[in-house]
Formats: sequence, C-alpha cells, structure tokens
Amino acid sequence: MAYSDKVIDHYTNPRNVGTLDKSSHKVGTGLVGAPECGDVMRLQIQVDENNIITDAKFKTFGCGSAIASSSLATEWLKGKTVDDAMKIDNMDIVEELALPPVKIHCSVLAEDAIKAAINDFRVKNGMEPIALEKTHH
Amino acid sequence: MNIPIYLDNNATTPMDPRVLEAMLPYFNEKFGNAASRNHPFGWVAEEGVDYAREQVAKLIGASEKEIIFTSGATESDNLAIKGVFEMYKEKGNHIITTVTEHKAVLDACKHVEKLGGKVTYLPVKVDGIVDLDVLEAAMTPETILVSIMYGNNEIGVIQPIKEIAAIAHKHGALFMTDATQAVGKIPVDVNTDGIDLLALSAHKIYGPKGVGALYVRRKGPRVKVTAQMDGGGHERGMRSGTLNVPGIVGLGKACEIAGQEMESEAKRLSTLRDKLEASLTQLDESYVNGNVEHRLPHVANISFKYVEGEGLMMAMKDLAVSSGSACTSASLEPSYVLKSLGLSDDLAHSSIRFGLGRFTTEEEVDYAIEVTKKAVTHLRELSPLWEMFKEGIDLDSIEWAEH
Ligand SMILES: Cc1ncc(COP(=O)(O)O)c(C=O)c1O
Ligand code: FES
Repeated sequence: MAYSDKVIDHYTNPRNVGTLDKSSHKVGTGLVGAPECGDVMRLQIQVDENNIITDAKFKTFGCGSAIASSSLATEWLKGKTVDDAMKIDNMDIVEELALPPVKIHCSVLAEDAIKAAINDFRVKNGMEPIALEKTHH
Repeated sequence: MNIPIYLDNNATTPMDPRVLEAMLPYFNEKFGNAASRNHPFGWVAEEGVDYAREQVAKLIGASEKEIIFTSGATESDNLAIKGVFEMYKEKGNHIITTVTEHKAVLDACKHVEKLGGKVTYLPVKVDGIVDLDVLEAAMTPETILVSIMYGNNEIGVIQPIKEIAAIAHKHGALFMTDATQAVGKIPVDVNTDGIDLLALSAHKIYGPKGVGALYVRRKGPRVKVTAQMDGGGHERGMRSGTLNVPGIVGLGKACEIAGQEMESEAKRLSTLRDKLEASLTQLDESYVNGNVEHRLPHVANISFKYVEGEGLMMAMKDLAVSSGSACTSASLEPSYVLKSLGLSDDLAHSSIRFGLGRFTTEEEVDYAIEVTKKAVTHLRELSPLWEMFKEGIDLDSIEWAEH
C-alpha cells in the first residue's frame, strides 16, 4: 500500500510519543482498541487550570496510519482548550493525512482516543462524562 | 548491496544466469515443436526436452519416463489430486491431506469434494509436523491418496515423508507430495522416500516461472492419472499441450545445478539462517515458528510479540520479506498455516518469513538483522501494549470501541 508522505513522516518521526502520569488529576487517559484489526491506541492529555491542553502524549500498537493519526492528534491537541479538542473530527485527520478508505477506521480510533482521554479527565475532576454520539464517518 | 534486499526466496527465486544461458537458444535457433517428428527442428527441440527430463529425474532419483512436464507446481498438484481421484474412483473416494498445504493442494481437494469425494484435512502439531498416529487413524479402506507436502512454504518444516509414505502404502493408498519447496534444497529421492507422485516447480530453484513437473511412478506400483486437459496427448497422454521447450530446458538446467550445489548451499544457507535467527531471537518476546530441527535450510519464520504486523512491514520496507498477513485491506487475513500451529491472529500478523537464497550474501543478512531489530524496537517504543506488558498490566483493560 502506498502511504502519503505525511503518514510516512509521522510514522518515521512520531511526535509526542510517551507516557504522562496517569494518576495525576490533571491528566486524562484514553485507551481504545479497534475491533476491526486489533490495533490499540493510548492517548493522554494534560490540562491546566484554564482548561487548556498543555501536553499530549501517545503510544499506538497499530498500522502506519494509526500511528500517524495519533501522532497528528497529539500535535493538534496541544494548546487547544478541552472544548475545542472535543470538536476534532476523524475526517479532519483523514484529510490531513490523505488516508485511503480502508484506513478511515484508523482515524476513528484517534478520535475515540481523544474523547476517551477527555472523559477520563472530566470524571477525575468531578464532571459528568460527555455522552459520545457516533459522529464519525 | 542493492536495496531493497530480496529475502523472499520461498515465493520465487531469481533465475540463475547459467539457466538463462541454457534456455536462450531454444527461443530462436532451436525453436521447433518437440512433437514434430518429421524434421530436424522438431528433433532438436525434442533432444533438449529429453535431456531436461533426465536432469529433472536425476535430481529426485526417478527415471526420465516418470516425469510429466507441466506449467508449474499448481498444475502438478491439480493433475495429481484430481487425476488420481478420477483414475481410482472405482477403488475409493477418500483423500487425506493436511491443513498446512499450499492452496493448490487444498483447493484441488475442495474441488474433489464438490465431485463427491471425501477429504480429511489433518491438523498438525504445534511444531507444524503431522502426527503419524492421527494419520494412521484417518486411513480407511476407501482412502486412495495421501497428499502431504515435503517442506512447508511458510515455516519450512519438513514432514516425515518416509513414515507417511509407509502408512499410506500399508493401507493400500498412493502417496503424493508437493515437494515444490524441498526439491533442490534438500535430498529428495522418490524411491527411498516411497513417493508415488511428486510436484515440483522451476521458479523456486532459480529456474523460469511457468514450468514445473509431476513425477508419476511407473513401477511398483504403476501409477496413472486421468488427464485434466484434453488435446494432443502429449506427456504420455497425461498432459496435452505443446511443450514449453525453453522453460523445460531451463527447469532441467536448474535441477542439474541444484543437484551439484545442494550440499554446500544447504550448509552455507543454514549457517546464515541460524545467524539471522539467533540475532533476532535475542529480542524479547520473539519466537521461531515451526520445528527447528526438521526444517529447510533457508527459511526462518519469526513472530515478534507486541508489534503490529502492518506497521512492521512498513518499517521493514528495505527488506523484501513476507509477513503472516495479507496487509492490503482493513480486514487482514492472518496466515492459515501459522494459525494451524495455534498462533493467535495478533502473533500471526506480526510474523515475518525470511527466505534466503543462492544469491543472498552475509552482508545482506547482517543488514536484515539490523533493519529488523530497529523496526521491532521502534514499534515497541511506540506500543502501549509493550509498555503494559513490561509493567505487568492486564491487557484486558483496553476499551474496545464499538463502531
Ligand atoms: C508448496 C508450494 N506448492 C505449490 C506452489 C505453486 O507453484 P507454482 O507457482 O509453480 O504454480 C508453491 C509456490 O507458490 C508452493 O510453495
Ligand atoms: S489498520 Fe487498524 S488502525 Fe489502522
């Protein structure tokens, strides 16, 4: 399969690989798996008192597209408010990375991981988790 | 060193220049139809074919009259299985094979089932080898054929051919073997092994693509197969079609060279393979698939746990190798051979087959070791599963998204 240059770039030089302190109340962790292929993504955000994401890290067990999607997601997350982060749509990732149709679910995984991380953060800080509708494509 | 490095010699091999040289005259100067009996053009072509028949026969300890030229091992497998089923249907309708066979055998057997035949697909043990007791128990008075491959194309495991043949014969069945991966790589002798039918292919032994042979025993017992293609009655009526003279000459030459160089090549390749394997199994959680004692000298199939298969292939793009999956779609099909050894889908996907060959150098093997180690390490650094495994965390805590 031919990958786009952007996928290859993120795959070869993934940004923000790593682990944040899961027990910190400032950190939200999302760990999700794609049943289609068995791939697994872990995405973490660190949020400051102004509700701004100051750091994001990921680790992904998955194909090149999944690795690139999560790497890109961490880049996008940094500096965003949690509310804006909630608006990241998997199709934005598909477009940016020029993912082919069979690789769309890899971007869905990234969107799910973002939302799972946000909800983990919300619950830890006494907020209701946001009900996730199936918005992605 | 040319990148990517070709380490997929179980899929196909590059032609040996000596084979090409032997073939060339048969494209133009010696273009005759080997079946033309009335003029020298035909005779010259026939001479080339006859010589090739001897070369092929010699490599497997057969007589040249027992060699039927075909378009490759797929055709040979089909001709043997369907041809025996048709020829011996008065005697019985049961065929025994194994789950790790090449698709050419498995699908020919499926075809036989559609025609009313019964087929038993024997499981293999975790090391890929057939359990002889299970084989013996599967034999029935209706069994006409046992078809079990010599060396496996994915893991290289060599079956106990002599013992299998003895069991088949004890119960009055014929024994056929798909020896595509074994012929020319390890000693194969149809008489000491007790083989009645054997499939081989030129392009796995540094010969051209699209040509192969079926060995059909002529004495003790005299075996016959019903032709699967109607026409001019070539190849003793078992395979019609004008002979592919240049291809056949190439197959013959390839067999001759393989016979001469087998012993030293097997030593050289198994040394390189063992080096590769020893280095790669130094990585944590990496496993060699299949029996390591009864194995072709040039194959290593290794699984790397906690590494995703498609990502692995991407990281190894400088190596032309095969993976345990067909990584072209979202619905990845893991290798049925690896699954039949009891590997999980995940582990099958993260398995790599390294197939060394006549033109593989030590420098290339060293490079392959380096690339693979780097790839596995890179992907594990990226893998949450690896981290969880290292920390002893239960992988069941993953939330599987529902889409
Ligand atoms: C064990 C085995 N049988 C049969 C075949 C098919 O051979 P051919 O390509 O000559 O049809 C192959 C090669 O793919 C093989 O490895
Ligand atoms: S193939 Fe499943 S995440 Fe990419």
